[in-house]
Amino acid sequence: MMLIRYISQVGKYFLMLKEIFSKQTKWSVMRNLIFKEIDDLIIGSLGIVAFISFFVGGVVAIQTALNLTNPLIPKYLIGFATRQSVILEFAPTFISVIMAGKMGSFITSSIGTMRVTEQIDALEVMGVNSLNYLVFPKIIALLFYPFLIGISMFLGILGGWMAGVYGGFTSSAEFINGAQMQFIPFHIIYAFIKTFIFAMLLATIPSFHGYYMKGGALEVGKASTVSFVWTSVSIILFNYILTQLLLGS
Amino acid sequence: MIEVKNIEKSFGDSKILKGISTIFETGKTNLIIGQSGSGKTVLLKSLLGIHHPEVGTIEFDGRVYSTLEDDEKRELRTEIGMVFQGSALFDSMTVSENVAFPLRMFTNNNKAQIKERVDFVLERVALKDAHSKLPSEISGGMQKRVAIARAIVNKPKYLFCDEPNSGLDPNTSILIDNLIREITEEYDITTVINTHDMNSVMEIGDNILFLKNGLKEWQGTKEEIFKTDNQAVVDFVYSSNLFRKVREAYLKE
Repeated sequence: MMLIRYISQVGKYFLMLKEIFSKQTKWSVMRNLIFKEIDDLIIGSLGIVAFISFFVGGVVAIQTALNLTNPLIPKYLIGFATRQSVILEFAPTFISVIMAGKMGSFITSSIGTMRVTEQIDALEVMGVNSLNYLVFPKIIALLFYPFLIGISMFLGILGGWMAGVYGGFTSSAEFINGAQMQFIPFHIIYAFIKTFIFAMLLATIPSFHGYYMKGGALEVGKASTVSFVWTSVSIILFNYILTQLLLGS
Repeated sequence: MIEVKNIEKSFGDSKILKGISTIFETGKTNLIIGQSGSGKTVLLKSLLGIHHPEVGTIEFDGRVYSTLEDDEKRELRTEIGMVFQGSALFDSMTVSENVAFPLRMFTNNNKAQIKERVDFVLERVALKDAHSKLPSEISGGMQKRVAIARAIVNKPKYLFCDEPNSGLDPNTSILIDNLIREITEEYDITTVINTHDMNSVMEIGDNILFLKNGLKEWQGTKEEIFKTDNQAVVDFVYSSNLFRKVREAYLKE
């Protein structure tokens, strides 16, 4: 019974995706909505992403350094490990899970509140495609999500460099040497492919939970929690699938 | 004019509307009354196209809603204004942005034309000083007036109101009632109001539809409701001592 309910929800999700792209809202209105969503979702997340990336990058460098107890292992591995961790997993995946909490709960609660207060009914009665009006701008705004992840990558490695060098774990030259060592450009492409997929999940799953919620203020809170759980689960699941597909032999 | 022909609507095993036929006339305030669970809201939402009746038809000036193409339905919806029970104003927009919303969405008017129309409508509902305020910064009565302004800004042919007086003090209720009646007559639109407020029934009920258990129990004007001997209507409308005395006084005259 529960399985049927989940399958039914997945079906409803895909029908929602179809509806988002039908009957477009007037461009002059949509343009403003897109700018507002970029401001709310991307620009509004810059601070927290920068903060987390910088310090987690630093922690990765310190942890790596502290685990290199064998004097035969070169110190440049600190830079190498930091780069690999940050580019491959931390920036695209870890930040996306955090964004599932920040952006996701914002999206679910804002759309859910509109549902509870009949604002979505008001849009529909006026003849507006409410899914296109509410969700499409979020999807377009999150096309800029890779930009956020790019900043996260840069600051993560910078944080690692600062922690490594100023913490006395390695020299700047060694860290930079490690960070440049055996660099595979496809890893960047792989990270951004993941980021793009995660961006679509971040825009649509919380919207789905907000749009189809029923009840009052309490249910808005519950919907935000459920939305965070399902967005995180989807990100982790897609992370595995994409890694297997793109990097697995 | 909106003509409802024998509509039936069920949710699961529960039949809410059991074959309702009626006419809501143009230029009149048409009221739907009845106890909670009688089917008023389902009927109103069916008229709005939010619910889809399994049986029967709803005609908007000869256009049968269920047979219209999607584009025609959306076109028809642009002719509808709706005042929701909780006003349903967009939180993130100011009063004037809320009122301008239908114009920005469905007309090719330029900014100056939109501003002129918004100013006119806000003045019509006596809110010309509230342009830049957010819905959270104004009272419930003002929110209702903004909702009315938004509903009429695009010159609708049909105006629907769901409990427009709920949560308002008596003075503001009368103000809202009068505003709706004036607008209905002024713009010659078909107004349908779902209400529990007996003051509204007595004040603006040009055509009153009384529902009971999903059926049309009675229909008439505010004058006729004083004289009716339909026991269900009498029990519902004159349930308070005050209204019983008003009725007795009216019948003695």
